[in-house]
Amino acid sequence: MNLTLKVWRQKSVHDDGLIETYQAKDIPIEASFLEMLDIVNQRIIIDGGEPIHFDYDCREGICGQCSLTINGIPHSKERGVTACQLHMRKFKDGDTIWIEPFRAKAFPLQRDLMVDRSAFDRIIAAGGFIDVRTGSAQDANNLPVAKTRADSAMDAAACIGCGACVAACKNASAMLFVSAKAAHLNLLPQGAPEKDKRVLGMVRQMDAEGFGNCTNLYECEAVCPKEISTENIARLNRDYAVALAKEATV
Amino acid sequence: MSLDSKIPEGPIDQKWTKHKMDSKLINPSNKRKFKVIVVGSGLAGGSAAASLSEMGYQVKCFCYQDTPRRAHSIAAQGGINAAKNYQNDGDSVYRLFYDTVKGGDFRSREANVHRLAEVSSNIIDQCTAQGVPFAREYGGLLDNRSFGGAQVSRTFYARGQTGQQLLIGCYQALQKEISKGGVEMHTRTEMMDVVLVDGHAKGIVVRDLVTGEISSHAADAVCLATGGYGNVFYLSTNAMGCNVTAAFKAYKRGAYIANPCYTQIHPTCIPVSGDYQSKLTLMSESLRNDGRIWVPVSKEDAEAIRTGNKKPEDIAEEDRDYYLERKYPSFGNLAPRDISSRAAKEVCDEGRGVAPTGLGVYLDFKDAIGRLGEDVIRARYGNLFQMYEKISGDNPYQTPMQIFPAVHYTMGGLWVDYNLQTTIPGLHCLGEANFSDHGANRLGASALMQGLADGYFVIPTTIANYLADQKPGSINTDMDEFTQAESTVKERIEQLININGSRTVDSFHKELGLLVWEQCGMGRSKEGLEMALKRIPEIREEFWTNARIPGDANGVNTELEKAGRVADFLEFAEVMCTDALNREESCGGHFRLEYQFTEDSDEVKEGKTQAGEALRRDAEYAYVAAWEFNGVGTPPTLHKEELEFENVHLAIRSYA
Repeated sequence: MNLTLKVWRQKSVHDDGLIETYQAKDIPIEASFLEMLDIVNQRIIIDGGEPIHFDYDCREGICGQCSLTINGIPHSKERGVTACQLHMRKFKDGDTIWIEPFRAKAFPLQRDLMVDRSAFDRIIAAGGFIDVRTGSAQDANNLPVAKTRADSAMDAAACIGCGACVAACKNASAMLFVSAKAAHLNLLPQGAPEKDKRVLGMVRQMDAEGFGNCTNLYECEAVCPKEISTENIARLNRDYAVALAKEATV
Repeated sequence: MSLDSKIPEGPIDQKWTKHKMDSKLINPSNKRKFKVIVVGSGLAGGSAAASLSEMGYQVKCFCYQDTPRRAHSIAAQGGINAAKNYQNDGDSVYRLFYDTVKGGDFRSREANVHRLAEVSSNIIDQCTAQGVPFAREYGGLLDNRSFGGAQVSRTFYARGQTGQQLLIGCYQALQKEISKGGVEMHTRTEMMDVVLVDGHAKGIVVRDLVTGEISSHAADAVCLATGGYGNVFYLSTNAMGCNVTAAFKAYKRGAYIANPCYTQIHPTCIPVSGDYQSKLTLMSESLRNDGRIWVPVSKEDAEAIRTGNKKPEDIAEEDRDYYLERKYPSFGNLAPRDISSRAAKEVCDEGRGVAPTGLGVYLDFKDAIGRLGEDVIRARYGNLFQMYEKISGDNPYQTPMQIFPAVHYTMGGLWVDYNLQTTIPGLHCLGEANFSDHGANRLGASALMQGLADGYFVIPTTIANYLADQKPGSINTDMDEFTQAESTVKERIEQLININGSRTVDSFHKELGLLVWEQCGMGRSKEGLEMALKRIPEIREEFWTNARIPGDANGVNTELEKAGRVADFLEFAEVMCTDALNREESCGGHFRLEYQFTEDSDEVKEGKTQAGEALRRDAEYAYVAAWEFNGVGTPPTLHKEELEFENVHLAIRSYA
């Protein structure tokens, strides 16, 4: 198949960016979207140019490193996939495809389609953990957890930290990410002792990083490759309100 | 230099306890004076960095990804083994130890394997306490599943993403330590060399992958937890960035590489579809619990399927060959990985393969769906089925999956002693990057176990045996050794940028990968390996005169990153093939075509094994082959660590 690509190129955060046009000719329909970009890049290099820089690593939809906005939608319009799991059979011969980075104030651009998502790490460092020293754990079966509760925690824990939720939101809110990470631990009895501290710490760090507020648009849920539910946002709002009230009364 | 494995004296089940008692201690107020560098942030590196920091050491951790949570441990699907015996099915530390030694085809070090089995239970406790959402039963207790190479259910899992959940636990512990100031984290940073001062590893040189800056970091000890070298084959289930560079730089500085020929080919991956392909996708081995593997009995039927004239549903039950069930009745579809992979290759070599390329077999869930219902199968494997459908376009609820073996894991790696120290004092190696626990073949759900055992429970104890004799803080990056290492790194980068040839780095990587896949993959021969050893230096020479690396070294340049890694693979591949050529036997992931049982072998006639099975030569080759660097293009020197089997009796491995 033959395609026209409109790709965001930007040498570094200090340079101006622009959309460049590339012809992607003779692309096998079985190729993945990133393999299509590989083919284009090989040709650019041979022709003496600099390849399109984009992030990827596992190429099986779990590491969360790939971060392309495809035709205006993070990871493309296909539901429940990362860009690396998208295959060219989803496109038609002759299509024009727009490829841009995940855009958000809290995700500064590094080169072309690569952005810096270290804000997510700092949010986790602000409370997204259970403080248990190596070697101090009791037998794993001493603390039964209801299957339904464990399953809900697992649903939230499936987040791969890619940041599509932020890129899809017109406010660049990180609420889906933060709420999923908080819910994973808050739902489990192991996470209970630090629940209030966790929620306050993570939400405050999220605000400090420059993510916008949530206005219930649900774009995040629609683009999430792991289909994380916005129910987690409701949980986080409730937990945050409780933690705030408790903090005020201490 | 002779290899001293430092295996403690005493009975196997008391060695680790005794070693902990005999290990040196560093008191808490002194620990904070020591700096430790950890390279890699996967299960081994991340757990080591977090645990060492909790103990009070000053830790610096490095990873090439944009966050430590993306290390490739994340992609492990199936599970993690532990000898908890929660299922009351006769499991024990000893049985896990025994299964692992046997599964490794008697080429691993007994003492290390027993320690691994001993700490396996602590890992499950630790991870559960961290909030890892393992699968549970309705009573609220942890669930288990069975896995290849074992007849007990000892595998703990978190849906089809156990690796991600364990890594998140480990990453959260790491972030906790970062927030407390115990770990200084460097992301998007690649290790370019290890720095030796008076023969001891005292630091590393790194490249910042965003700014291109080269800098040095000094420490009292260095731990490499940089994963395996499967990407030497270009196509593998590894992440695109996985590389051998850190381990190989250590090798060039004097660390020995052990058993590099032991590579694991995983039986259940999605078949290759074209030359544009960048990686292979694994379908979890857990699928073999309920899926049945088959190909048509006749070549004609296979041909008809390949050309689209027949569908798998058209093949009658009696015209199907469930070859694993036929050859290995007691293990059936759960035979170990090396055996299952080779069996798939055999039926495809016979012309009975089913994918359009002829390189594929069926993994069929029809019976399981009939027995358990689609809902149960969806609950067990839903995400895997979905992943398969996304990639292949086929719906595995209706038609069998097509699978074929692919490079997945590397059992070889840097040689380490019982303390996980390499032949360079102060340089330690953890996880897949070392060689020690899996012998010639790794059992399913054991990689996660080993990575976390090394990081959470082994290195925190054993590193003190080295550090206790060191004067903390005596090293700084102004020393000549660091300046020299930095300039070597800069020169090599300069050299790469200046080649300015006409072929892409990927084209060299693919050429090398195909060569080693064909000559040092599922079947190896003297002739083929000698051909590969002749060809590799030629490819390397062309690389250094004709590769094209665009752009410059100041800033993000992914082609430059790839070029550095491919340049190292082009040197490493020679060591791997040399090792494969030296080992004139078949064992586990190393199958030499010249060494297999035939219909005429006594053992086959006596019914102890089958024709075509691996022929081990214990009298000659029950040793670890550790290779010492002698210069690029010069054959390395072989050092042998003889393996002693005091507990598990050396026997023909039979899964029949």
